[in-house]
Amino acid sequence: MKMTGAQIFLAMLKQEAVDTIFGFPGGVLLDIYDEIYKSDIRHILVRHEQGAVHAADGYARASGKVGVCLVTSGPGATNTVTGVATAYMDSIPMVVFTGQVPTQLIGNDAFQEVDIVGITRPCTKHNYLVKDTNDLARVVREAFHIARSGRPGPVLVDIPKNVANGVVEFNPEKNGQKLQMRAYNPTYDPNTRQLKKVVEMIRKAKRPVLFGGGGIILSGASEAFTHLSSRARIPVTASLMGLGGFPGTDPLWLGMPGMHGTFRANMSLGECDLLIGVGVRFDDRVTGRTDTFAPKAKIVHIDIDPTSIRKNVAVAVPVVGDCKISLDALNAMLDTEDLGDIEAARRPWLEQIEEWKSTQPLAYEQGEELIKPQFVVEKLFELTAGKAIITTEVGQNQMWAAQYYHFDQPNHFLSSGGLGTMGFGLPAALGAQIAYPDKLVVDVAGDGSIQMNIQEMATAVQYCLPVKVAILNNGYLGMVRQWQQIFYDRRYSCTTMDHAPDFAKLAEAYGAVGLRATKPSEVVPVLEEAIATPRPVIMDFVVEKEENVYPMVPAGKSITEMLLA
Amino acid sequence: MNSKRHILTLLVDNEPGVLSRVAGLFSGRGFNIESLCVAPTLDAGQSRITVSTKANPPLIEQIEKQLNKLINIIKVRDLSIDDAVQREMAIIRVKATSQTRAEILRIVDIFRCKVVDVGTEQYTIEVTGDQGKIQALLRLLKPIGIKEIARTGPVALRRSPK
Repeated sequence: MKMTGAQIFLAMLKQEAVDTIFGFPGGVLLDIYDEIYKSDIRHILVRHEQGAVHAADGYARASGKVGVCLVTSGPGATNTVTGVATAYMDSIPMVVFTGQVPTQLIGNDAFQEVDIVGITRPCTKHNYLVKDTNDLARVVREAFHIARSGRPGPVLVDIPKNVANGVVEFNPEKNGQKLQMRAYNPTYDPNTRQLKKVVEMIRKAKRPVLFGGGGIILSGASEAFTHLSSRARIPVTASLMGLGGFPGTDPLWLGMPGMHGTFRANMSLGECDLLIGVGVRFDDRVTGRTDTFAPKAKIVHIDIDPTSIRKNVAVAVPVVGDCKISLDALNAMLDTEDLGDIEAARRPWLEQIEEWKSTQPLAYEQGEELIKPQFVVEKLFELTAGKAIITTEVGQNQMWAAQYYHFDQPNHFLSSGGLGTMGFGLPAALGAQIAYPDKLVVDVAGDGSIQMNIQEMATAVQYCLPVKVAILNNGYLGMVRQWQQIFYDRRYSCTTMDHAPDFAKLAEAYGAVGLRATKPSEVVPVLEEAIATPRPVIMDFVVEKEENVYPMVPAGKSITEMLLA
Repeated sequence: MNSKRHILTLLVDNEPGVLSRVAGLFSGRGFNIESLCVAPTLDAGQSRITVSTKANPPLIEQIEKQLNKLINIIKVRDLSIDDAVQREMAIIRVKATSQTRAEILRIVDIFRCKVVDVGTEQYTIEVTGDQGKIQALLRLLKPIGIKEIARTGPVALRRSPK
């Protein structure tokens, strides 16, 4: 059947089971948008292309599906770069389609032309420039395959205008065959010999720790991971990206480790004799000084990406494989293994951990007059029974959300970990709300971050997405101010955000609901009202101005050298 | 730790931008490229890239893994000096006066290379050999006066199994 490139594009999206595109039109995309008008695919019109990418990202993190964006050439494409890099650092499956000038104009400095393939080469898992309409179907199929397989990541596909309106023969059935890519074959099945070594190490370990990360969530390995912990009675910690992969209310939960991790998590890593990392990459926020990281431990590292293994820390037993498949295999081996009286064996270690927990818990003091930001998150946790989908911006708001909201399920904590992108939370919340229209979605934000993509409130109102934004408003760029206080003698260079708008009025201006709390007694009523309102809400919590995130591991120190207050 | 020179031979899809990906990977991660050679193989859909780089053992492991991760890279192999045939070509323009002319021709004869161009004051020499041979020739020509040089950097293939 003869079809235009634009028609093939939509047919392929349908074939990939895509029902939602986040996008923003432009000149080179007129033919594609004409086809979208005629189709029944849902298109969410954002107000900035960065919002489209973060929304597709939030959609993917919440649902596990591949997020899809469509933006125009030139500035439309360059506006996606931050969002693409965000998804790349956190390994989120996404396909970003960018329009491009006609092929005969490429390289000519045409109107709205950029070499987006060149620009995003280092921050995409892979990218394509489609030069011939005959290649379009294959490229779209490959793009989705690459985005969702192995270690997931964003793939960018650049479609020139003449490719979109070229007419070629398209046979959908043919494209349904299994995709074979010569140069790309990720390893899913772990090496059984390596797993046997892991079983041995578990058996011999006296002070083991399980450390899970984003890979657990992406692989759907949360149940297997939890089973491993309970079977072998191993306490669990998780990186920011892994929160929710293990129940945060379980007695074996240590809290998050690293720069703003809990005391007991960092001390456990410092004292453990076996560290099993699953779906983690031992990033510098977690390890602190690498030469003193987990000094007493043998490290087992299970991950689908060989480049992460042995990149930052020495690994005794590397296992390359998909997290779920590897953990299922490991659990099967352990189930037939006699681990002896495991309760008695673990008791001294668990008692030590309990002592760390009780002597240095996460704590803050909530008085009568000024709202503490941690208090807002704690109340949010209580009022939502820990079941909301929480997105965050970046900085202090992000750390307090990670510390004080305890996630029992995966895909409920959506935060820009690797790149740390301010402005991520609001559009990501919209994407998550689209994926789950009946769930409560809350963006925990700072007054700095929220202004970066505030325009997406218009998107929220247009599509009736009842997300709740909780701004922890301290009038500063909080995390940077904290460092300036502790290490630069309180020289607050350019961190005072003192001309912020009235956020409640701003919400109303967009057609949303605006609420404010200035006293601790107002926090719960505001949260309750927001949750009960079936419309998008901005809550402006005016909080203590110079509250700091503790514990804190200063740069260049080991994680056991925490500042506690 | 000990940095060693490594010659990496990469079999890659012959697609536009693949060389850019490889070069970008090296520069983006701070790996160094000493030399780079690329050309199609017998299969028109595949090219071979030969990169020489200097790295210590943990670094070369990371470089190989990162290269393997690239979607268009089919195969990566590290050819250490022992189990590969390694050749490089150089074109060298040497200053040639009436006193030095004979000496240059003697050196050319000993190294079994060729004079491919003659000028009033210069000879242009073409030489093919392993890195050691090229280095030795350059050392001898340097005092005579090298004006310009173009080198390919090494290409290499594994030796046949015995």
